[in-house]
Amino acid sequence: MTRIINVPSNVNDQSFEEILVQTSPLPPDEKILIDCRHCTFATPFGLTALLSLGQTRLVKPGLLVPEDQNVAGYWGLTEFFAHAEDLYEIDKRVPRRRVRNTSVVLECTPITKSADVHGIVDKISERAHEILVESLHFSPQITSRFTMALSEVCQNILEHAGRGGWVAVQKYDPKGKRRRVVLAVCDVGIGFRQSLEGSHGRRLSDRWDDAAALEDTVMRGVSRFPDKGRGQGLQGVKKFIGQNDGKFSVRSGTARIALVPAWDEDEALIRDLAFFPGAQLQLTIPEKIVAP
Amino acid sequence: MINHIDVSSVLKSSVSEFYTNLVTRPTGVAVRSHIEQQLDQLGERALTVLDFSHVGLMDLSCADEIVAKLLLHYVEAEQNNREVYFVFRGINESHRYAIETVLERHGLALVSQLSDGAAVLVGTIDGTERQIWDAICKLGAAQPEALATETGMGCEAAEHALYTLWKRGLLMRDERAYTPTYLLPLHET
Repeated sequence: MTRIINVPSNVNDQSFEEILVQTSPLPPDEKILIDCRHCTFATPFGLTALLSLGQTRLVKPGLLVPEDQNVAGYWGLTEFFAHAEDLYEIDKRVPRRRVRNTSVVLECTPITKSADVHGIVDKISERAHEILVESLHFSPQITSRFTMALSEVCQNILEHAGRGGWVAVQKYDPKGKRRRVVLAVCDVGIGFRQSLEGSHGRRLSDRWDDAAALEDTVMRGVSRFPDKGRGQGLQGVKKFIGQNDGKFSVRSGTARIALVPAWDEDEALIRDLAFFPGAQLQLTIPEKIVAP
Repeated sequence: MINHIDVSSVLKSSVSEFYTNLVTRPTGVAVRSHIEQQLDQLGERALTVLDFSHVGLMDLSCADEIVAKLLLHYVEAEQNNREVYFVFRGINESHRYAIETVLERHGLALVSQLSDGAAVLVGTIDGTERQIWDAICKLGAAQPEALATETGMGCEAAEHALYTLWKRGLLMRDERAYTPTYLLPLHET
């Protein structure tokens, strides 16, 4: 029997929970069919998390492509299908990326080794000025810090995930609203809790769970490595986000933690979510408000 | 002995000739190991110029693996019998952000020589150390008495601050005279 998983029309970091509620109770060898036919919008988080979901299944799941040709075309531009073909049985021919879309800052890109991070940094270095300075009105110095933050979150996959992951970056220019850049990094590795549990000599608190592990790593800079120099990556990302009115969220296991700026109304910490292995991060950098 | 190391060349020879950015810990480890091999061939007292002029981006992981760990190993180590000094060149604003972040985490400091030849201290430095550093940069090689007169602090306090800066690898010492490392004639080898 194949279980059909309904994908919401807007696939983002919050609505992805609706997918996980359906998939997490299922045994990994149960055949599932991811129904994206009615999707009209997907963020980098949505696309990279869908790729990650495909990696968790022992039996290759099916995937129904969005019916809207513009949406399917956009997913093609992000190279989602190029990678999804290895993870899913796709119901029909899918569009391929032919030209670069300037709003796709970084296509869905696998990270499995250190060289991948070098490649991503090279690519983003070329595009960061155009996006952050020309489009979002930041000072030129910000481009290197954004790239640095990207490098650190990508390395998290190599250092802690235990297996590969995905990254994607997208620029949004909504009419009448603040422009923004959204970066998502997803993996289905060991996650924050298990990573800290493996640390040498670590004492676990009474209320030890995924939320506690996220608070330790994201808010307090705790690392599984005894080396004092470790744990700086996420702290650097936090600092960058704080300085630029950005939003940063990390989901791992059954919990999600977020640094929520004044312009957003998300919850800072959510427990008891449907289980999903690994870690899923999202950074949002809004346009800098320039005084008239 | 004075040694000049072009960090970008080390990156290309030790990791990949196509790389220009110092990113990821494995890259940092490879570059540091290569630099350490060169340093271990030097004498007991040596000054090394680490030149970052041709390095693109440096992330926090590489700043920690290369800069912080070299300083921890060669300068801050309690058991260290060698006198190894570093002068950093070609540190741009972006490098400095990463380097300062990791130095502050470890409580370290370094000498960064600017393109006009002047030098600044980067990292964790207290007010007295900075005062002594500014004064000795003005005087050149100097003994504690001269620094005490220049700064208006007591001779004992000046001597203590000089000793601390020397132990941190920011000044060189020759008997009772101290010299900022960057003022030594730096010819490349």
